[in-house]
Formats: sequence, C-alpha cells, structure tokens
Amino acid sequence: MSNAAVIIELDGTGIKEANWGMVTMARMGGTPSEGTGDSKAGLIACIMTPVDDSMRSELESYGISTIVEVVLPQGLETNPDVSARALLSAVKAHQVSSVYGLSTALGKDLLPRMAALAGSPLVMDCFEADARTGMARTSQYSGKTLASIKMTGERIFFGVKPNSREPEKKPVSAEILRFDASDTAIQGLRVLDVQTGDQGKAVSLAEAEVIIAGGRGMKNAKNFDILVQCAEKLKAAVGASRVAVDSGWVPYAMQVGQTGEKVSPKVYIACGISGSIQHFAGMKMSGMVIALNTDENAAIMANCDYYAVADALEVIPAVTRILENG
Amino acid sequence: MQIYVCVKHVPDSAANIHVIDDIRIDPNLAFLLNPYDEHAVTEAVKIKEQHPEAEVIAVCLGPEDAENTVRSALAMGADRGILVQTDSIFDSIETARILHQTITDDGVPGMIWTGKESIDAEGMQTMFRIGALLDCPVATNVVQVALGDNKAVVDSERVGGVVYTYELDLPCVLGAGRGLNTPKYPTFPDVVKSKKKPVKTVSLDAGASSPDGASMKVVKLEPLIQTRTPKAMTGDPDTIAREIVTILLQEAKVIS
Ligand SMILES: Cc1cc2nc3c(=O)[nH]c(=O)nc-3n(C[C@H](O)[C@H](O)[C@H](O)COP(=O)(O)OP(=O)(O)OC[C@H]3O[C@@H](n4cnc5c(N)ncnc54)[C@H](O)[C@@H]3O)c2cc1C
Repeated sequence: MSNAAVIIELDGTGIKEANWGMVTMARMGGTPSEGTGDSKAGLIACIMTPVDDSMRSELESYGISTIVEVVLPQGLETNPDVSARALLSAVKAHQVSSVYGLSTALGKDLLPRMAALAGSPLVMDCFEADARTGMARTSQYSGKTLASIKMTGERIFFGVKPNSREPEKKPVSAEILRFDASDTAIQGLRVLDVQTGDQGKAVSLAEAEVIIAGGRGMKNAKNFDILVQCAEKLKAAVGASRVAVDSGWVPYAMQVGQTGEKVSPKVYIACGISGSIQHFAGMKMSGMVIALNTDENAAIMANCDYYAVADALEVIPAVTRILENG
Repeated sequence: MQIYVCVKHVPDSAANIHVIDDIRIDPNLAFLLNPYDEHAVTEAVKIKEQHPEAEVIAVCLGPEDAENTVRSALAMGADRGILVQTDSIFDSIETARILHQTITDDGVPGMIWTGKESIDAEGMQTMFRIGALLDCPVATNVVQVALGDNKAVVDSERVGGVVYTYELDLPCVLGAGRGLNTPKYPTFPDVVKSKKKPVKTVSLDAGASSPDGASMKVVKLEPLIQTRTPKAMTGDPDTIAREIVTILLQEAKVIS
C-alpha cells in the first residue's frame, strides 16, 4: 500500500487553480531542492463530481494517472461529514497511504474529519509535504516558529497551504474510475442551510496569489473601494488589519493576523498597515511583501521586500489606472 | 446535562518564544487559557444559565502549572475542573484519546466544547478526534448555538465568511470560534470564589494512550527568522505605481 492521492477542490467553473501546486507537491515531495524528481508510482485524484474531457486533460497534464470520481449521496453534497466518510472509503478502497488536500475553507472542515475517522495523523497548513518520508513543515506559535513534523502510521494526511509550491506540468494519460459512495449515511450531522454572504464570489484570502490589505491608514470604509477596484484588476483578494475590522470598515472574514486569517500569497501589498507582531503572524509566510506607508519608521518598512514612503490612497488608484490603460 | 470544556494551557501570544534543544520552547514564559477556549467556556456557562441543571466541567491536559488555566475557566463560571497532569507533550491523537477517556470516566457528556484551534500547535483537529472516539457529530468554528430537544443547531463559519448551519444530535463536540461571544472576564469576587471550586488532579495512567503506530512528532522546531531586505521605491505616486506594476509583472510574475 503506497499510493498517494490528492483531493481535488472545485469552484463554480471547474477545478480550482490552487490544486495544481498541491498536485505537484504530491508528485515531487516537499522541497524543490531535494531534486529526487517525480516518484514512480502514479498519483490518484479523488474528485467529487463527474469529470468531463477538459477536466480530464487538465488532470492528466499535471501527472494524474488515476481519476476516482466519488459519487456522493444525492442532496448531501454539502454535508462535510458525509463527504469525509465517502472520501475515506474511496482512499481505503484504492490502498492510498498518503492523502493530500488543500488547507482551505473546505479542507479545514474535511481533512480533520477524515483523519479523525481514520485515526490517522494529519498536519494542516503545511508548506512542505513529503509522503516518502512522512515529513511535513508548518508554522506554529502564531508564526513565530517553523515545525518539522514526522508522521507515522498506516495512512497519513497533509493539509497543504495554497501557493506553497509552483505548479509544474507532467503530461500522462489517466483512467477514470467511479467510486460509488451514494449509500453513505448521515451520522448525527445535518446541513440545514448554507449562506455564502457577499464574500462568496470574491477571491478567497486563503487561496489568493495576490492580496491587497488595508489598515488604519485607509481612514474609512469607503476607501476600501480603492483596494477592491485594484484587486479586481489583479485578480487579488482584499484583506485588512484588525483595526480596520474593529472600526467596522470591513467584515471580520477579511482580517489577516493572529486572530484572523493566516495567508500565504505570492505577493502581499500592505496599505496603511504598521506591521504589528499580530498582523505579521498572519502574513509572514507571504512570498513578497510590498508596503505603502506614510511613516518611514513603521515596523513593516523594515520587514518587507519593497516599500514606499507614500500615501496609499494616491498610489493604489494609480496602479489601477496603469493596469486599465497600460 | 454535563458540559465538558477542554481547555489548553498555552504561551501568551505576546510572549517571545525561544526554542531550546531544537525541538521545544523554553517554558519560562507566561502561559494562559487558550483564547478560543475562553469563548468555549463563556458559551458553556451561558448554556448553564438557561439550563440550571447543567454542570460545566473544565478539563485540561498539561503540567502542574496548568491548574492556573483550569482556575481561569472556573473564575469564568465553570463549576469544577479536572487536570490530567503530565510533563510530556502529546500529539493530537493522544491528546484526544486522553481527554475522551477522562471525560467518559468522569461522567456522561451532553456536549463537549473545545476552541477551534490552540494558538500554540495550531493543529485544528482535536475536536474531530474526540468526536470520532465518542462516535458523535462535530462542528468547528462555531459562531452561534441553540439547544433543542436532544439537538443543537449551530452556525459554523468557514474561512472567507461562508456560514453552514448544522443540526447535530447530542452528544456533540463543538469548536468555539471568535465570533461566538465576548468572553466574560472574571471580576475579583469571581476569582475568589473560583479558589474554592474543586479541581481534581489525576495522573496519567499508561493505559490512556494505546499506541497503534499512528503518530505525529515535532522533530525540529526553529525560530522563524525574517530574511527580507527592504528596497525603497521612490518618486511621485505615479512613478511608484509604475514600479509596483513592473515588479508584479517581471519579478513576482503574478500578472501578465
Ligand atoms: C491578542 C491580540 C490579537 C490581535 N490580532 C490581530 C490580528 O489578527 N490582525 C491584526 O491586524 N491585528 C491584530 N491585533 C492588533 C495589532 O496589535 C495592531 O493593533 C493592529 O494590527 C494595527 O493595525 P494597523 O496596522 O491597521 O494600524 P496602526 O498600527 O495604527 O497603523 C496604521 C499605519 O497606517 C499608516 N498610514 C496612515 N495613513 C496612511 C496613508 N494615507 N497611506 C499609507 N499609510 C498610512 C500609519 O503610518 C501607520 O503605520 C491583535 C492584538 C492583540 C492584543
């Protein structure tokens, strides 16, 4: 039993972009520097929807050799406990010893359920994950430390932080198998309602490649529109400091930091944010940090990749204009 | 109904963390009740106010000092506490097993609360493991709860603000999220009263953890040191904006 499987997440239009970095990680192991290359065994993708030709060729282009369509009981597709039980049966049936999923809104409700039902170890939010050694790396103590965690057991689970690895293609051809889990029963948990709120259609913070975040320096709720407009051009998500949330300018779901979302975009643009320890706890895993602040002595200016002593309310609209008109 | 609240003794988030022996943190710092567990205790006490027959029991696995954390929960209104005393560090598989064993040895849980995560290990899974052991439903990041006839209706908020409303059979395990309530911080008389409340200390018997090979062990812990070297962008807003676009295009390659 040495198969690896990835759980593919979907969005309204098909397979989420964030999956491909995870698939690459599952194929190659955790660290690009290891250089051991692709593992010989094929990679299984579990997907909770019928797979059409375009999905199939996308999955094939990233090295998926077996696609398992997991058929859920009709009407219970949003029940995370039912999905977890169905997926667990599917991975057991395919002799899967390591399971990769995304540490996203869905993954955080799904992967711990699966690992708990299986009695198996799980590391959430890992940015390195290697099935061959059972090693995962994640941050602990509010981003103050990095932990290397060794998992042992018959089956291990990785919750992979989006954007942890650059996707790399590796074309193969795949067979499609069906796993009928339509008889999975409800066990004490029923979904009464799902409210998407206004965040539903915007780019999610956890998965965004680019985040533009605003703090006290944005001065009011209205000025966050400036960030939203720029974010639309960049396909970015909009984040906020706790001050912006506590002032009532934006909802709590947008808060980045120790008591908010922990994010890992490729680029984090901080507008009018001073860079407190608690804010850093949520965004220090970002690839590149760009800071716009009127105070050259703000903490963030000494702990970023690019900074400008400037008014964010003037710079960001200029960025939007350039993206619009070139 | 017995309501158990699992509380964790964690380092103060404002404290500086020093790594020793490459594998653990220097424990000479301020520890307190995990912030998300404060929401859990507060909610359990609120439920007791509506259901006076209920009993709220704080359960903690931790070192001798963790009695302070149990006492904090008592000062916030829990009726009594249980400290499973140990100097060892357990992974969440073992922790859930020990907490489950302790709770079922003590009584008959109608509800078990935890925080949605602990701010030290940030594992986000102990509640699900307790639920699996008790064979009962689980919801995490709970921001609203209403008790019905042998049922709980809860709002569970996913990251990004999407809210799932679940109905769970009792007993159930719930992970408290920040939006659930505003923790009621104890007054001085609360603290005095809590000193008289019973805390049972049990020592860990080896039988509690039955190792079947499934484990996760921190093999290395390193301070996260920032290695960014800030470069200045200068000029008028338009010039800075052009430079940002160039960086996004050429260096970060996030736009094309
Ligand atoms: C237990 C605890 C948990 C916390 N959790 C979080 C958390 O999760 N997330 C979080 O963010 N905070 C958190 N905080 C709060 C944190 O300590 C800071 O208070 C907060 O991050 C500061 O927000 P800020 O940077 O927006 O505001 P400030 O620190 O006031 O900074 C505003 C910055 O904007 C600059 N500025 C003003 N006008 C402009 C302009 N026009 N253009 C450019 N720059 C401008 C100023 O120079 C200043 O640097 C927590 C605190 C505690 C105690």
